[in-house]
Amino acid sequence: MSRDLHSSRAVLDDDDVARALTRIAHEVVERNKGATDLVLLGIHKRGVPLARRLAERIAAVEGVDVPVGALDVTMYRDDLRMRPARALEPTDIPPGGVDDKIVVLVDDVLFSGRTIRAALTALDDIGRPRAVRLVALVDRGHRQLPIRADHVGKNIPTSMAESVKVLLSEVDGHDAVLIGRRGEASEVVS
Amino acid sequence: MIRHLLSAADLSLEDATLVLDTAEEMSRLTEGRSVKKLPALRGRTVVNLFFEDSTRTRTSFEIAAKRLSADVINFSAKGSSLSKGENLKDTALTLEAMGADGVVVRHAASGAPYRLASSGWISANVLNAGDGTHEHPTQALLDAFTLRKRLGELAGRHIVIVGDVLHSRVARSNVLLLATLGARVTLVAPPTLLPTGVDQWPCAVSYTLDDVLPSADAVMMLRVQRERMNDAFFPSAREYSRRYGLDLRRFSLLPAEALVLHPGPMNRGMEITADVADDERSVIVEQVSNGVHVRMAVLYLMLAGAASDGARDERRSERDQVNGAVSDGARDERDQAAGASDAATNEGAE
Repeated sequence: MSRDLHSSRAVLDDDDVARALTRIAHEVVERNKGATDLVLLGIHKRGVPLARRLAERIAAVEGVDVPVGALDVTMYRDDLRMRPARALEPTDIPPGGVDDKIVVLVDDVLFSGRTIRAALTALDDIGRPRAVRLVALVDRGHRQLPIRADHVGKNIPTSMAESVKVLLSEVDGHDAVLIGRRGEASEVVS
Repeated sequence: MIRHLLSAADLSLEDATLVLDTAEEMSRLTEGRSVKKLPALRGRTVVNLFFEDSTRTRTSFEIAAKRLSADVINFSAKGSSLSKGENLKDTALTLEAMGADGVVVRHAASGAPYRLASSGWISANVLNAGDGTHEHPTQALLDAFTLRKRLGELAGRHIVIVGDVLHSRVARSNVLLLATLGARVTLVAPPTLLPTGVDQWPCAVSYTLDDVLPSADAVMMLRVQRERMNDAFFPSAREYSRRYGLDLRRFSLLPAEALVLHPGPMNRGMEITADVADDERSVIVEQVSNGVHVRMAVLYLMLAGAASDGARDERRSERDQVNGAVSDGARDERDQAAGASDAATNEGAE
C-alpha cells in the first residue's frame, strides 16, 4: 500500500468495492423507479461478474430477478485490425432480449470510452433498447469519445503513465482496485 | 494463428481448440438474431477460387464471409478465364492486382494451395478448400466441431473412417486433426483404396468393418469417388456396398450413442443406406450448418487481426524494395506510424 508509483497500490479494497456496488445498485433502481424492464449486460471480462453482483443486490432490495447477460465487443472494436485476432468471449443475451428494455451496460474501468462505443454498436445488432445506461466501477478519466457513465463506483484521477486494474474474486481470487505504472500492475496480476 | 490454412497438420492443439471455441461463439452469435451479420471483416475482400465443382463448400465459405461483412468474389472454372486456359499464376496475379485479402482455393491438383501460398504471387491469406486427393482442412474442422458438440471433448474417443481413403482429402485432414485433438482413429477400407504410406499416418488400419464398429464413438462414411477412379479398385459396386457400406445391420453394431457422419455428397445405397442416413443419430445435415460457423471462425482468426496485415505490408514492401519504389525513409515513417498506433491500442486496452 505504499504511495510509491513504481509499484502498484490498492485504491479500493474488497469492502470499498462491495459498498460501491451496493450504492450503484440503489442508484440504478432509483433512477429507473424500480427494477421493471431492466436488463444488466456485463462487458467482458470483469464487467460480467460485476453485472451479476449488481443483479443480486437489486434482487435483495427490490425482490425482483433482473435478467443478466454478457456482451463481448471484440469484433466491434475500432482497433480490431491493429492487433492479432483475439479469442471471442461468450455473448449471452437474456431470453427476453433487449427490445424496449432499459439496458444497463456494466464495465470495470471507464477510460477512453472506446469499449463502450463498441458495446453500443454491438447492441445495435442485437435489438433496440428503450434506453442504455452505463455503470463503471472506476472512472479514470482521459476520455477520447463523448461518452460518460451514469453511475460510477469511484472517480480516480490518473495520469496516462498509470494503469488501473480491477481485481474481482470471481476472476482473480479477491477484490481490489490497483493503480500502478503502465505495464506493471498487470504483471502483478497475471 | 497461422497465416495460411493449407493442411490440418498446420494447426497445433491450441490453434485447433481456438478455432473450435470461436466457431462455438459464431454459432451462438448468429443463431436467433435479427441481424445475422458481424462487422469483423468489413472492408476485406475474400475470393472464392474454385477450379473444381463444389456446392456446399463454396456456398458455405460465401455465407461465412458475408456473415462477417467481407466482400466476396466467386471465381469458378466455368464461366471465367479459367476455362479459357489461364494458368494458376496469371489468375493469382489478377487476384493480387484486385487486392484480395483472403483466397479460398479448391483445385484438382494436390498442392495447388501450397503453390499459391508459397510462390510470392499473392500477399493474401490462402485457405485450402480441397486440393486433389490431398487435404480439406475446413471439412476436418467442421467434422471435429460436430463431434465435439455431440460427444464433448474428443481426447480418447474412437473415430472410425470408412471407405475410399485413397481418393479422400477429407480422410487425410481428419486423421491429422483428430490425432492433434487426441482422438483414436481407425481407417477401414479395402486394401486397394488405402494410399501407400498409410502405415506412417497417426491411426490404425483395418479391412473388416464389423470388427471395429462395436468400439466406435462415431463412424464417418466416405464417398466412393468414381470420378477419380481410372482403375478397377473393387469388383463391383454391389460387393463394395456389402463389405464396406453402412446398412441397418451394421448400424445396430454401433454403441447406442455413436454418431454417423458423411462429408457429402452421399451416394445413397452405395456407402450408406437411406434409412441410416436419415436416422436421428446421423449428423450429416448438422455438419453442413456447422460448416458455416467453422469457416466464419477460420476467416475471422486469419483475416480480422493485425498479424495478417503486418505480414502483407512486409511482403508488399519487400516487393516494392525489389522494384525500387519505396525509399528507406518512407518505410521508416511507416514503421513509426505503426508504432504509434500500437501505443494507442495499448491505452485502449485498459
